[in-house]
Amino acid sequence: MSAATIVNLPDPLTARIPKDNFLTRENGLLSWLLTSDHKRIATLYLISITFFFFIGGALAGLIRLELLTPQTSLMAADTYNKVFTMHGVIMIFFFLVPSVPATLGNFFLPMMIGAKDLALPKINLLSWYLYIVAGFMAIYTMIVGGVDTGWTFTTPLSTHYVNTHVISTGLAIFIAGFSSIFTGLNFIVTIHKMRAPGMTWFRLPLFVWANYAASILMVLGTPVLAIALVLVVLERTVGIGVFDPAKGGDPLLFQHLFWFYSHPAVYIMILPGMGVISEVISTFSRKRVFGYTAVAFSSVAIAVFGFFVWAHHMFIMGISNYAVLVFSLLTMLVAVPSAIKIFNWTFTLYKGSITFETPLLYAFGFMGLFTIGGLTGVFLGVSGTDIHLTETYFIVAHFHFVMVGGMLMAFLAGIHFWWPKWTGRMYPEKISQVAAVVTFVGFILTFFPQFILGTLGMPRRYASYPPEFQILNVFSTAGASILGIGYLLPVLYLIWSLRYGAIAGNNPWQATGLEWQTQSPPLTENFTEMPVMDHEAYDYEWLEKQQQANPQKKEVASAG
Amino acid sequence: MDHISPVLWQFLDKWLTNFALFPPEASKIAPQMDALYFFMVLVSLVGLTIVVLLVVSFSILYRRSRHPQAVQIEGSTLLEATWTIIPLGLFLVMFVWGALIYFRVFTPPANAMNIYVVGKQWMWKAEHPGGQHEINALHVPLGVPVQLTLISQDVFHSFSIPAFRVKREAIPGRYTTVWFEATKTGTYHLFCTQYCGTNHSLMVGEVTVLTPEEYKAWLASSTSGNSLAQDGERLFASLSCAACHNARPDARGPSLAGVYGSRLTLSNGQTVTADDAYLREAILNPSQHITQGYAPIMPTYQGQVSEEGVIELVEYIKHLDSNYRVDQTLNTTGFLPENENGKPPAATPPPATPKEAKP
Amino acid sequence: MPDSSAIAKGAEDLHHADHPPYQRHHFESVAQQFDATNFAMWLFLLTEIMFFGGLFTAYLILRNWYYPAFVAGSHQLDVRWGTLNTVVLILSSFTMAMAVWSSQTRRRGALVLNLALTFLLGLTFLGIKTIEYREKWEKHHVPGIHYSLQSFLDPAHDEAARAYGDRPLPYDTAQKTELYFFLYFAMTGMHALHMIVGIGILAFMMVRARAGAYTAGHVTFVENFGLYWHFIDIVWIYLFALLYLISRHG
Repeated sequence: MSAATIVNLPDPLTARIPKDNFLTRENGLLSWLLTSDHKRIATLYLISITFFFFIGGALAGLIRLELLTPQTSLMAADTYNKVFTMHGVIMIFFFLVPSVPATLGNFFLPMMIGAKDLALPKINLLSWYLYIVAGFMAIYTMIVGGVDTGWTFTTPLSTHYVNTHVISTGLAIFIAGFSSIFTGLNFIVTIHKMRAPGMTWFRLPLFVWANYAASILMVLGTPVLAIALVLVVLERTVGIGVFDPAKGGDPLLFQHLFWFYSHPAVYIMILPGMGVISEVISTFSRKRVFGYTAVAFSSVAIAVFGFFVWAHHMFIMGISNYAVLVFSLLTMLVAVPSAIKIFNWTFTLYKGSITFETPLLYAFGFMGLFTIGGLTGVFLGVSGTDIHLTETYFIVAHFHFVMVGGMLMAFLAGIHFWWPKWTGRMYPEKISQVAAVVTFVGFILTFFPQFILGTLGMPRRYASYPPEFQILNVFSTAGASILGIGYLLPVLYLIWSLRYGAIAGNNPWQATGLEWQTQSPPLTENFTEMPVMDHEAYDYEWLEKQQQANPQKKEVASAG
Repeated sequence: MDHISPVLWQFLDKWLTNFALFPPEASKIAPQMDALYFFMVLVSLVGLTIVVLLVVSFSILYRRSRHPQAVQIEGSTLLEATWTIIPLGLFLVMFVWGALIYFRVFTPPANAMNIYVVGKQWMWKAEHPGGQHEINALHVPLGVPVQLTLISQDVFHSFSIPAFRVKREAIPGRYTTVWFEATKTGTYHLFCTQYCGTNHSLMVGEVTVLTPEEYKAWLASSTSGNSLAQDGERLFASLSCAACHNARPDARGPSLAGVYGSRLTLSNGQTVTADDAYLREAILNPSQHITQGYAPIMPTYQGQVSEEGVIELVEYIKHLDSNYRVDQTLNTTGFLPENENGKPPAATPPPATPKEAKP
Repeated sequence: MPDSSAIAKGAEDLHHADHPPYQRHHFESVAQQFDATNFAMWLFLLTEIMFFGGLFTAYLILRNWYYPAFVAGSHQLDVRWGTLNTVVLILSSFTMAMAVWSSQTRRRGALVLNLALTFLLGLTFLGIKTIEYREKWEKHHVPGIHYSLQSFLDPAHDEAARAYGDRPLPYDTAQKTELYFFLYFAMTGMHALHMIVGIGILAFMMVRARAGAYTAGHVTFVENFGLYWHFIDIVWIYLFALLYLISRHG
């Protein structure tokens, strides 16, 4: 066995995808559309969110093209406003929020805890249908003319001053919100009630902890967004005045209701990604995660603190100075658990035995970019600097660093990591490593200049800007074209691998999770007998004993 | 020189003269905020470097070909405590430092001169007390604390002067304030930074800082004739506010002379300071701002006075220190062109409501 | 202790005779199924609390700012209908609890009867709400273009206001009553929507109960629905107090 890789594949001459697996158990469109198998639902989600990702990405391309020149050149200001609004709505609600939970979470959470399925499989399917209905409404909105309020639906702009399709978008997000709530609800019940014997809380993989924390946020936070959107729709249709100062209402009430969800939403988006990073770093350094308890609790801490910082989006909106003090202080507190995780992951590498397959490359990308993104969040959480930096491109850069540099990289790390288990085939290693590096380089070139633009004062959501900002915008657009290639490549080679990828076998990464102890792709019922958990999480010593007891017939060193 | 095409040369020229990495520091608070900003940049660089160095060196030292057997380590409470306490400590330092700056920016000095700014889709209107009106521009004197009182006529806007490091939301329905003291003459960008619809990107302008002499000259040359307070006096008369708010012993409303800045006790027992926000609310939602001892009969002027009108009235009341002229105008209200038949106009337009009964 | 986590070996395990027909295959036992679905319902109710919470927050703030307007608005609601509705719902919670007991003790007839009573009481509640809503519509108290301030500017000519001895409100305070009615319709409307869903499910349950679906050991559905129904009842009690009982004396 070559020392430079841990990849452990079955003999390519004799290896076969197992005949009976969740993909082949039943055939026909209805068996997919009426499935209650969490793995099939995860697959349906994977296809849907990829579709929406590319729509959101195309819109991003349009934004960057427009911003190549200081004047509005490509499209009218109104169109630009619609483009960035839909980009935000689609990327947040139709890609980022469901990304890891609805795909990797749905697929692997039950397997990781030794269950046959989630607690409520039909609700899981309902979740997907709600997502699809919401998605159709969003597409419908785009076709009939779009909405231009910004994804934040600030009142009174969204209630009285635009005549675009606020209601259909609001309803689409409302429905997508319920999709999210049901997923989170399912996860919480499953984790509490369906763990295999011996699977205590502190033997759970950290991916499970992360999704648990995110699920708490989904379940408690999303309903508040729902009611905020209902109020906007009512105000728009009936004209009640709850956000209208002329009638005694208060537009700031909407801000509080909106951000009460939308801040936890960012933790909904990032926590599952952090869960992926824990799994990947552990596997590719052959070590248990350093400080397991700290990482587990930090996920819950982020969830709890995350509910108490929402008004840091409102520091200059006229809330009292004392409110600013409180929220700024709490924001400092919520920053700490993320720092704890970064250091624990770093020290997981210490005295490990590290190989650099693609998932780990994406994980490294995550660590670097999320560190920058998270630190710039502190710039914004500190009230004094927020005055200058808020509402500028600094914010745009900050959230793209954490969401795209962080979350999207974690998602790609997870997709690559679990691809062999999901499909039974390996992705091609060399080109995927190239794609990871291309993505990283493209990302930095796209978004780092935006920090500078923000510090210079360039406001966000501007279709035209002063000419001295052009150079940095040109760099940013150039980077975006590279980034686009970085995202296109995985789609291409992953689809290629479905037919031509090397057969993966049960455990190509020699990982310790329960999901790796079954066939690839898994059976519909996951396990043929109830697994019993008698070892700690990330127990590589146990894995070695397993492997000695059941040696693979012949190992092949590398794939593709 | 003839090898470089004119287009490329223009491009380079633009770049060299216009490219900047950092905005100019043109206000008193700017260097203070920048100090904190650079401290945070430094801390971030150090933090990032530490993480990157650790990841890179661990990757090299412990790569599989060099370190084939991993050592299972559970963790280290000491390390956990270290990397919890040190970041927390640094963040708390930044928090305190930033809070001080924040309070400084939003606590204007008592001697600040006030300029009103009304934001509307898609322009900024600055109203100087002397009656100068500017659109998408703001002229301010050097070295003088200037307070901006902001309000929006429609949606949220945000008034931003990056060179001064100040920014404040202009909200419909209430005043917000921010202050600065310019320290460098010149012109600087003014942006609207809260998305406000179609021409959000066009709601930009220039802030011009003038030396005190230049500023005086500018004031003299740009005034429309009447100061805001004078316009307010006229509005006060035409709306017949003086009918109740005068110095007569049987006056139905409290005298407004000297009311600005005083402590008032309201009919519900609350005590409030009669600042700009209070005056505005008292005009638009009077029934909740009735001074103790007076009947709740003041009609609302919501819908009858624009935000500029309210500003003029507030300015007028701010400078009102005697009722002499108020009492005088009582006799002239009827002669104003706005009023016909010598009768003051009806205060509110409810369609067919009987007159409110006097309690 | 058997040898550690399962590696798929193709071993046989599905003994269909071992578990009752209503146990779903991904659960190991009926107890686990009940436990899990019950927990799920409690969690769902928690999300409902967060959902209504937004409206309660708006209520708290606006009532604090515009108390006189809220008093006048509240006086326009008929507290007799409100009390009757409260009694109706509490009664329906009782019949629902009886239904759960019937399911647990396998009394099919009693179960169907109690479900039917709950159903009827639910319909009664909605019927009374329709009467109230219609009255509000006729008096132009529905927020929107047709909203009228008449009853508040001239309470002498309005029965409901006269009964409380209300004084005329200043115009700008009267305007704020629209916000009160918005909250009234939004909160009771949202509640009514949940009632309608509940009544629909009750109809479904009555049909299934007659067929014996819930009296052969499968109590989960009825119990979990019972939770939902009681929750709606509790929400109504808060709404009744907050909307109907502002500043009522005697």
